[in-house]
Amino acid sequence: MAVYKKTYRPYEGGLTSRWTRFLTIPRYAFEDLHRSRFLTTFFIASFIYPLICALIIYVQHNVSALGLVGVQGANRLISINVTFFMSLLGWQSMLALFLAAFIGPGQVSPDLANNALSLYLARPFSRLEYVLGKLSVLVILMSLMTWVPGLLLFSLQGYLEGWSWMGDNARLASGIFFGAWIWIVVLALLALALSAWVKWKPVAGALMFGVFFVAAGFGAAVNGVERTKWGHLFNISSLIGNIWLRLFEGDAHTTNGAVFFRVAQGEELPPWCCWTVLAVLCLVCLYMLARKIRGVEVVR
Amino acid sequence: MDPVIELDGLEVRFGQRVILNRLKAALTGRSIGLLGPNGAGKSTLINTLLGFHKPAAGTARIFGRDIRTHAREVRSLVGYMPENDAFIAAMSGVRFVRLMAELAGLPRAHALERAHEAFFYVGLGEVRYRALGTYSLGMKQAAKLAQAIAHGPKLLFLDEPTNGLDPPARVRMIQLIQEIRDRGDLHLLLSSHLLRDVEECCDEVLILKDGKVAAFCNLEEERRANRRFLEIETRGETNGLFLEAVEKLGCETAPGAQGRVKLIMPDGLEIRRLYQVAAEQNVQIRRLSHKRDSLEDIFLKAMEVATADGRL
Repeated sequence: MAVYKKTYRPYEGGLTSRWTRFLTIPRYAFEDLHRSRFLTTFFIASFIYPLICALIIYVQHNVSALGLVGVQGANRLISINVTFFMSLLGWQSMLALFLAAFIGPGQVSPDLANNALSLYLARPFSRLEYVLGKLSVLVILMSLMTWVPGLLLFSLQGYLEGWSWMGDNARLASGIFFGAWIWIVVLALLALALSAWVKWKPVAGALMFGVFFVAAGFGAAVNGVERTKWGHLFNISSLIGNIWLRLFEGDAHTTNGAVFFRVAQGEELPPWCCWTVLAVLCLVCLYMLARKIRGVEVVR
Repeated sequence: MDPVIELDGLEVRFGQRVILNRLKAALTGRSIGLLGPNGAGKSTLINTLLGFHKPAAGTARIFGRDIRTHAREVRSLVGYMPENDAFIAAMSGVRFVRLMAELAGLPRAHALERAHEAFFYVGLGEVRYRALGTYSLGMKQAAKLAQAIAHGPKLLFLDEPTNGLDPPARVRMIQLIQEIRDRGDLHLLLSSHLLRDVEECCDEVLILKDGKVAAFCNLEEERRANRRFLEIETRGETNGLFLEAVEKLGCETAPGAQGRVKLIMPDGLEIRRLYQVAAEQNVQIRRLSHKRDSLEDIFLKAMEVATADGRL
């Protein structure tokens, strides 16, 4: 019907699948993010490091390419090993933290600021779908920055080195995939929870950094004063680093973790401690979201 | 007729406080008014029907679907215009309505088309690309109505739709609601504390007081019944003869001071006959009014006395 007729008519067409409806939220969010020149530039710039890594892998396997530029034996300078992939994951994960701090606070707070949430939830659209939709905005973007390039580089290396290398180093692939997911889930939940509770976006963004860096500083202070290693329980990046070490190398680790996610020698925490603290953090975030994501706020 | 909304002992508590107290009613009207003073539980009832509050006891059914067990299905049939501001400030009006229509399940292209239609329909066609945060209060109200109807609901919840509107904007909003009602494609539940809004738009009214049903009446029937009650003011020498002649027509009469007479007309008698009889008796009828039991009367009675089943 043409809009000039200006009348109301019921809708009789088909409906979209209820299972994929939550993806409407990331689609709108990506349209908004695309309008921000800063975020678009930042997101594109985040692929520079993986591109350099791809170049290194390529050059490693093409000695003739090195010969062209007159460099002989440079392929022995950088090894494509666990450190290489952990460093990639570390860098990309740190960039993911910045991305979450930039876009996370703008996810829930605009809906809460003017009570738009009641309109979302007055539709055949649940609170869970709302949270999933908002989470998927962060999860998709951070996945594209972390484990997707990680696995692509792993595949490139496997392709150039031979399939047997892939089989021998399958642990690296699972480490990249699961290690990145743990980080992404923690970041995404934290960003959404802060966005739901702190309506002022710059403050919510600053709090994101505060949770990581101030808490880490506090943990270091506890360690220094008490001469213990348990202060690392406040340091989320250290907890993640502990878990990554196990995911990438098992118990017999040869490195001290990824860049930005280092674990000091002799200060490793038991894995169950790290998992427990991260699980508690996620549960607290979920609780905070459950308290705020409601059709109406009840004043008892 | 199958009830549009059936309240079956619905009780809602916030902590220890009972907000809705075992409501029981079957609302069948095309346009249902929900009246009550502030704090009576009108908005809580709507929020409960939408699934925002969990009933402590009892339940409600919308088009036969239980709100406890078929909440999602219920919400797919409903359009909701909330009382307070509800929008995303940075989003353009048409994009916001499109998003809401998509979340209701409409495919992208349909949602976009209907968002534009809804905006033109509520009279915001020219400002549909402006950010919602820049809209005036009246425009925000209209935008809320647009998002409530864009996905073509079967039942529309309007919570205080004329809240904060200036008189011309209020008239426009009431006209829109009447237009939607008169098309007959959907049912309305209009919650308001403004009797005039309900009177102009509704054919059935549920009055709440302190979370209980204080009154429940069919305004159409009331209006029809009230048409039989007349009050006239006469001038003339032979008033007594006029009354006799009117009684012969089957009317019950009650003479008052200064030529005023109250009448109950029998079924089938037209008012024209009164004028004819008056002319025959050389009596002038200077004023004739239907003695209306207005919604205000009904409301005030309900506030004074709440019967067990709410019927007045």
